[in-house]
Amino acid sequence: MKLNLKIWRQENATAKGKMVDYPVDGIDGDMSFLEMLDILNEQLVEKGEDTIQFDHDCREGICGSCSLQINGEPHGPDKLIATCQLHMRSFKDGDTIYIEPFRAKAFPVIKDLIVDRTAFDRIQQAWGYVSVNTSGNTVDANTIPIEKEKADESFNAATCIGCGACVAACKNASAMLFTSAKVSQYALLPQGRVEATERVQAMVRQMDEEGFGNCSNTGACEIECPKGISLENIARMNREYLAASVKG
Amino acid sequence: MSVLDSKIPKGPLKEKWTNHKNNINLVNPANKRNIDVIVIGTGLAGGSAAATLAELGYNVKTFCYQDSPRRAHSIAAQGGINASKNYQGDGDSDYRLFYDTVKGGDYRSREGNVYRLAEVSGNIIDQCVAQGVPFAREYGGYLDNRSFGGVLVSRTFYAKGQTGQQLLLGAYSAMNRQINRGKIKPYNRHEMMDLVLVDGKARGIIARNMITGEIERHSAHAVVLASGGYGNVFFLSTNAMGSNVTAAWRAHRRGAYFANPCYTQIHPTCIPVSGDHQSKLTLMSESLRNDGRIWVPKKKEDAEAIRAGKKKPTELSEEDRDYYLERRYPAFGNLVPRDVASRAAKERCDAGFGVNKTGQAVYLDFASAIERYGKEKAFTSGNKNASKEEIIKLGKEVVASKYGNLFDMYQKIVDQNPYETPMMIYPAVHYTMGGLWVDYNLQTTIPGCYAAGEANFSDHGANRLGASALMQGLADGYFVLPYTIGNYLSNDIRTGAISTDSPEFEETENAVKERMDKLMNANGNKSVDSYHKELGLIMWNKCGMARNAEGLKEAIEEIAALREDFWKNVKVPGTATSKNAELEKAGRVADFLELGELFAKDALHRNESCGGHFREEYQTEEGEALRDDENFRYVAAWEHKGKPADAVLHKEELVFENIELKTRSYK
Repeated sequence: MKLNLKIWRQENATAKGKMVDYPVDGIDGDMSFLEMLDILNEQLVEKGEDTIQFDHDCREGICGSCSLQINGEPHGPDKLIATCQLHMRSFKDGDTIYIEPFRAKAFPVIKDLIVDRTAFDRIQQAWGYVSVNTSGNTVDANTIPIEKEKADESFNAATCIGCGACVAACKNASAMLFTSAKVSQYALLPQGRVEATERVQAMVRQMDEEGFGNCSNTGACEIECPKGISLENIARMNREYLAASVKG
Repeated sequence: MSVLDSKIPKGPLKEKWTNHKNNINLVNPANKRNIDVIVIGTGLAGGSAAATLAELGYNVKTFCYQDSPRRAHSIAAQGGINASKNYQGDGDSDYRLFYDTVKGGDYRSREGNVYRLAEVSGNIIDQCVAQGVPFAREYGGYLDNRSFGGVLVSRTFYAKGQTGQQLLLGAYSAMNRQINRGKIKPYNRHEMMDLVLVDGKARGIIARNMITGEIERHSAHAVVLASGGYGNVFFLSTNAMGSNVTAAWRAHRRGAYFANPCYTQIHPTCIPVSGDHQSKLTLMSESLRNDGRIWVPKKKEDAEAIRAGKKKPTELSEEDRDYYLERRYPAFGNLVPRDVASRAAKERCDAGFGVNKTGQAVYLDFASAIERYGKEKAFTSGNKNASKEEIIKLGKEVVASKYGNLFDMYQKIVDQNPYETPMMIYPAVHYTMGGLWVDYNLQTTIPGCYAAGEANFSDHGANRLGASALMQGLADGYFVLPYTIGNYLSNDIRTGAISTDSPEFEETENAVKERMDKLMNANGNKSVDSYHKELGLIMWNKCGMARNAEGLKEAIEEIAALREDFWKNVKVPGTATSKNAELEKAGRVADFLELGELFAKDALHRNESCGGHFREEYQTEEGEALRDDENFRYVAAWEHKGKPADAVLHKEELVFENIELKTRSYK
């Protein structure tokens, strides 16, 4: 199929960016979206032009590297997938496709379609862990039985791949879904309960410092999340945060 | 040729590691604060090593090419992690895990290393649970297990189909704790370009900031390479797009021997190649072989009809299907080790029984599992006379709860529903058992340069068993390297900070810059990817699942010629002073073009078949691998001498004191 791509080009964080037209031809439905961009880049190399820079790595929807706002939606039109899992069969011949970086104040553009998501790392560095030494002197793994339902719920929260689609989907660029998934994973397990108060306070403080917006409960984040992280996590984090505030 | 000393401690197998730990030198906590360690790569091995080293008190700098340590490719591991916990009471033990691993590796690994791996495996699970890793649990609240290929016990711990992500997030959280304490300084979007040696010791690296293009000097008292494997030398593999051999290869060029490069794992259950546009291959977890049955049509005409789209697999009756693994290997059936399963698939497809348009695929069928689980579910929920439809519906629910995310992944890529029609799979390059040669302490042949995880060669012999990569990465990182490295660093307590102003740093930096200039200025007309694809085809056709002397000789010549052409005719657009993916790829492909030749040379010299290395000239009448223990019971470690063709072979004899060498049989 033939497509008309409109792609955001921006030299670096301070330069002004713009949309540039790139027509492509010979695109097959079985190609992934990123393979389609590979083909375009191959053509740019042949012309001696700088290629379009975009983040990607595992190409199987788990590393969370890929981003892209495709026709205004994070990770494109299909639900529950990352951009690397989007296939061209979701488009039709003659389509115009707008490809932009994730937009958020806390995610500055590095180049073209690549944004800086290190704010997410810093939120997790704030207390996104259990304070246990890794030298191997812990109790046997089966010492504390954990209700299957709780363990599964914790796992569901832990499936977050840290891609940032939730932020890109939110009109306030809020990171509540991401942060609450991390807080929930630990809050649901006995190993994580010990420091639950300090954790939620530290992580929320860091989230605010990074310049993410507030949550106004539109639920757009949940809809665009490639892993289907539930809004319940935000409710849980709010409860945890309130309890922590009361505790002081 | 010299004989390499593995430094395996003396004494009985079970006491080696404990005795070794008791006898090695320690660094006192106050002195650790004055010692710096660089860790390259932040996957399971690098991330866990960095966390423990920092916790012990060393100053750690980590480097990864991704934008966050959490994205290293360990994250894509699906099925699980082995540990000899014997929670299922099915007779598992450290010895059995050790035995299975040595046998699975076709008797080409070190007894001492493998036993240590088994010994610390249980502790890994304890550690991960303490960190909040949400492993799968049973209704009683205890940890669940499943089986993997090549073994007869259930020792694999898992977190649905994303065990790797959960374990990596655990290691990353341990790193975060140390970053927050200021003990780890993470350098993300940084690529190691070369290793710096001062007085023959590894004392730092030259790195490139991938955003600004700046070339940086970083010094340390020791350098740990945990940079993963080199499967991307095949272009198409299940590795991440960025996975590369550069860190390990640069160390090799500086004096670290490269061991057994030809030992590659071709994983049997991957989604088949669909066309020329393909950029990577996707694995379907081996755990699927617990419940899926592998087959091809028994009659060629059926296979042909299916390939032409005239017949559907579901139309074939039981009698017309060849469950070839169950037929050839009744004892292990669909759970034979990976190398055996891959070769058997290739054999059937080569014989004309393959499916898919290409003929390069076999079926992985869940119909009988759906029925079995459905019956069980109906029965336990009180419906003793369930109809066929009810059973199938319930069975699909059970299968979805076990493998749902894998089935979804398959459907997204192939556009077929695996609950209704069998999956199509074909082998693909997945893991490399070869890597930098290390001794028992995980030190390479360069003093102060260590290698951990997939980057080293040590534990899997000629074939790795499923769910053992995660185990080895975390064992090396959490429990082995942080102790053994102390023995070396204890000599450095009075050294003080290493200066980056020395002539050695200067020279190495200049060499890096010169190489990059050469790549930027080659000004040819062919893209980096076109070379990478060409290299991949040579590797797959001549150094893939089956190899022979003639093909390997051709591969050596073709790769050398391709390399020469690359340096003359490659085109790298853009600049070296900003984010430039083409330049990053060019440096990596240049190294793959050297490694590929050494790979073929190693495969050519090993006149036997073992594990993932199958030489067509050396097979039994039934087509099984034919080992030559008399002449090849050694590790081949190659020393760099300018060109891959001139590499010099060093041998480490493998000594088996606790296991009797046998022909591997899964029948």
